[in-house]
Amino acid sequence: MIKVLKAGFYSSVQDKGRVGFAAMGVPVSGAMDAYSSDLANRILNNLETDAVLEIAFGFCAFEFLSETTICISGGSFSPKINGVPVALQTRIRVYKNEVLTFGHNVFGARCYLAVKNGFLTTSILKSRSFFQNITQQSLLCKGDVLPVGTFTNNTDSSNTSVKVAKEHFESQRITCSKGPEFDALSASQKEIFAKQSFTISNDNSRMGYRLNELIENALPSILTSAVLPGTVQLTPSGKLIVLMRDCQVTGGYPRVLQLTNTAINQLAQKKTNDTFQFVLKE
Amino acid sequence: MNKVLSYKPFGEQAILIEWAQYIDDQILEDLLRFKERIQKERTHFIADFIIGYHSLTLKYKTPILNYATEVETLKSIYKKDAASKKKLRFLWEIPVCYDLKFGIDLEEMALKSKVSIDEIRSRHAAKTYTVFFLGFLPGFLYLGGLHSDLYFDRKPTPRLKVPKGAVAIGGKQTGVYPCSSPGGWNLIGKTPIHFFDVSQQQPCFATAGDQIKFIPISLDEFYQLEKEVAENKYSIPKTLVHD
Repeated sequence: MIKVLKAGFYSSVQDKGRVGFAAMGVPVSGAMDAYSSDLANRILNNLETDAVLEIAFGFCAFEFLSETTICISGGSFSPKINGVPVALQTRIRVYKNEVLTFGHNVFGARCYLAVKNGFLTTSILKSRSFFQNITQQSLLCKGDVLPVGTFTNNTDSSNTSVKVAKEHFESQRITCSKGPEFDALSASQKEIFAKQSFTISNDNSRMGYRLNELIENALPSILTSAVLPGTVQLTPSGKLIVLMRDCQVTGGYPRVLQLTNTAINQLAQKKTNDTFQFVLKE
Repeated sequence: MNKVLSYKPFGEQAILIEWAQYIDDQILEDLLRFKERIQKERTHFIADFIIGYHSLTLKYKTPILNYATEVETLKSIYKKDAASKKKLRFLWEIPVCYDLKFGIDLEEMALKSKVSIDEIRSRHAAKTYTVFFLGFLPGFLYLGGLHSDLYFDRKPTPRLKVPKGAVAIGGKQTGVYPCSSPGGWNLIGKTPIHFFDVSQQQPCFATAGDQIKFIPISLDEFYQLEKEVAENKYSIPKTLVHD
């Protein structure tokens, strides 16, 4: 068990999300940066489907109520155990009553805490991912005690740490393909997408990132149709919204671009005022 | 199955299939039949289906390696004249209390239009609506069939909190909020029925292709039913729809 001493701003349990329930209007959810959360599970020899903690913007603390191994991945929020800095992407043995803290941000926007055999909070509709009105809670709270998988003192003792290319956090090239309504854009609109830099506004969350730039837009709304994590919508006011993991399953704004899986993971590590360019791959 | 469909890649792992751009019961039927067949023949490859008014999106389990081949496979599935097993369709009777206590926008709606409060209530309850798909929120039904006298623009500023069970009209659509949520639709009543309940094996009773009818109830009946629903003693009246 792991006790939450300080919950931070937006910490939640996440796994691969809810697959197979879109026809009921249920969002996928799941770790925003799936690349980093998968990596942490792999380092612990966990299942890909094991649940991890997603910690956005740091400033939280956890107490281990029993011995286990953990792995921290994704952005860096100066993780320390009992005040001693620990490395990312490496297997760390932790003991009863040790305290893991996350503090100020060094790089990235979200980090992942994986624990041997995963977090075992209630699974609803085949996923433990927190989501309002589906799971009991949508955010971690101070005092929560999170059940975790059984720790077996095994022999896999390698402590090598895996390096993640800086590009994952720093790349300003967000790769995408044409969205279903891309061809309805005018030549000058397409040129803006090809050339301009875009800035993440302060309205960014697990549901989606609104961008600051305005694009002159006369495209009409569409008949409500599917949207996916990574869909870039162009609203009537000319604002762009990049949908993220907790997005609705349907929407009515034109879908102009669709991010690649890699690009969604990279965008998940960006924050307010970060800039990037859309790179359209053919 | 003889409609003209268009196929578009939707990112690395999805295909969007579109029908003509109409809200139409026949398109819905064609779409649902196609979905059933794909579900049967491509079940190992597809993780999820998203239905829209005139679109079906297939989310694949892994990135699609050969898009053109996959589209050919889908086209041949569409052309096949195989008799697919028809899914059972139901007409659900949803009790709604149209009292001003819940229908907090009724007075303003009547003022702004030529329809009286009682006419709004009776016209809303007179129609049988088709469930086109679910989206927006878990358990939110997109219903077709609203009387054109009941088209009301969304409110200029959305409410921060529309209560769970609120029955509302937004533009040319009507719907029920399955949970409390921000929302800009005009509120005309409230139902005690849960539209999305994860404690049930089938969290939402209705699926695309079903029908909905709203049955007016009094405030007293509302509280009585609310109690029965809470105690798990209420089951929604339904009838099998034959075509």
